Amino acid sequence: MSYFIQQLLNALQLGSIYALIALGYTMVYGVLGLINFAHGDIFMAGAFFGFFIAVMLKLSLIPTLLLAMFLAAVLGIAIERVAYRPLRKAPRMSLIITALGVSLFLENFTRATLGGQQRSFPKLLNVQEFALGGATVTNLQILIIVVSLVLMLLLRYVVQKTMIGKAMRAVSDNKEVLALMGISLDTVVMATFGIGSALAATAGILVGMAYPVIDPYMGIAVGWKAFIAAVLGGIGLIDGALVGGLILGFVEIFAAALLPSTYRDGIAFAILIIVLLLKPTGLLGRPVVKKV
Amino acid sequence: MSLLHAEHCSMHFKGLKAVQDFTLDLEEGELVGLIGPNGAGKTTVFNMLTGVYVPTEGKIFFQGQEITKAKAWQINQGGIARTFQNIRLFGDMTVLDNIRVALSFRIRYKMLDAVLRWSQYQKEETRVIEESMELLRLFHLDGKQHFLAKNLPYGEQRRLEIARALATKPKLLLLDEPAAGMNNKESEELMQLIRWIREHFNLTILLIEHHMPVVMGICERIKVLDFGQTIAEGTPLEIQSNKRVIEAYLGEEVED
Repeated sequence: MSYFIQQLLNALQLGSIYALIALGYTMVYGVLGLINFAHGDIFMAGAFFGFFIAVMLKLSLIPTLLLAMFLAAVLGIAIERVAYRPLRKAPRMSLIITALGVSLFLENFTRATLGGQQRSFPKLLNVQEFALGGATVTNLQILIIVVSLVLMLLLRYVVQKTMIGKAMRAVSDNKEVLALMGISLDTVVMATFGIGSALAATAGILVGMAYPVIDPYMGIAVGWKAFIAAVLGGIGLIDGALVGGLILGFVEIFAAALLPSTYRDGIAFAILIIVLLLKPTGLLGRPVVKKV
Repeated sequence: MSLLHAEHCSMHFKGLKAVQDFTLDLEEGELVGLIGPNGAGKTTVFNMLTGVYVPTEGKIFFQGQEITKAKAWQINQGGIARTFQNIRLFGDMTVLDNIRVALSFRIRYKMLDAVLRWSQYQKEETRVIEESMELLRLFHLDGKQHFLAKNLPYGEQRRLEIARALATKPKLLLLDEPAAGMNNKESEELMQLIRWIREHFNLTILLIEHHMPVVMGICERIKVLDFGQTIAEGTPLEIQSNKRVIEAYLGEEVED
């Protein structure tokens, strides 16, 4: 039983990280119909921002987190401005290839300037262990789960209640008309990239603290998994990212617990394929009805 | 000074001259009709006036300010709103949210306020909802505020689209075939509604319409386009007896 609780906590931790990153994929997709393949690398950049802020400025956890979120938001907005906006009217495929290019650029630029070696992430939290129903919990684990949940709920609130959130939903509904309501599409897109990137940076720092090494390629595998999570839940849907992230976290942890751990990625991708075969629009997605 | 002044506007698409040398002056409070056969360039005129297209030639002024190259959202904020020939609501949002999106950018509050200044935000949010409901009441859509827009019957979608345009607080409203697909009784009601919103909201209205009784019934002045060219302009009576118009357009209508 205590083993089960232990794994449950691990799953919750991993799942909420996936969900935080998946939100960025899903928001950008909802607004622009673009799979932003560079999103996983913004997660990596966020971890590096956190690393340098903590090491060089010697800031504590909260200021490090906030500053890294801000810098990642600036990076995300800059990428959109430079690489995606000029292509907004280009065929979808050009935009996706550009996103892949941006992804490779970020990875290789980081490696070229900072080196490819792993760096150990500074201790921003004095890790303590607690006993919980026979299982061991660390305050870091709780921090990761709580920070992720709070940010996700905040985002959900912003999207459902505030004007920028309403505008985001309106964009995904009908882009052209939004402008004729006096709302600038560019502003909405900027907000989307900014918020998504800030969430990815948070995930980057949390992962950095938990593992605790970072390197220029850390965004690839995690980015793909988060993308899977977004598609699994129903891409374009905020709640879909949460559900997809948590499910993927649970599947991976319990697959690794029950089977040799090398099976875990294979199982994650197999689940993606099965879900998409049964529900092509994701678990929470509504079926697309084609009118003839 | 006229409210809207468009001079010698042309719109060319790779050799296709959709609109040529279009000139229009709208005085405040006027209700003007824009008619012409299919493909005459009427909707293209709307697209030029609302910033969807930048005219190939010519200039457009609104309240004395040049808006020829302004962005669509800037023109809307400046006071021009429109509806569409094929209704374009935010279909997957509720009736109320369709209005709120349009309205909440007029009642300005910032996203940060929503997080940091809870009470202020709540107050403004309440105001947005009250104002939205008031608009819905005027268009007899109250009671349906929680329906998804796409689930409304056709006539109600048309009314919602007009209500949403009004939520952006325009001075000039462009209506693109508001009576399309309506029967005689419905279009009669629509005419009364248009007359009434002009008074109630102090609007100037430019109207594209195929439905001749509607156009002749409410417009004070009519402009006729054919193949992108303005072929006639005048009061409904003058238009009805204009030879070129009858040839281009009304001839077919009279027969059926």
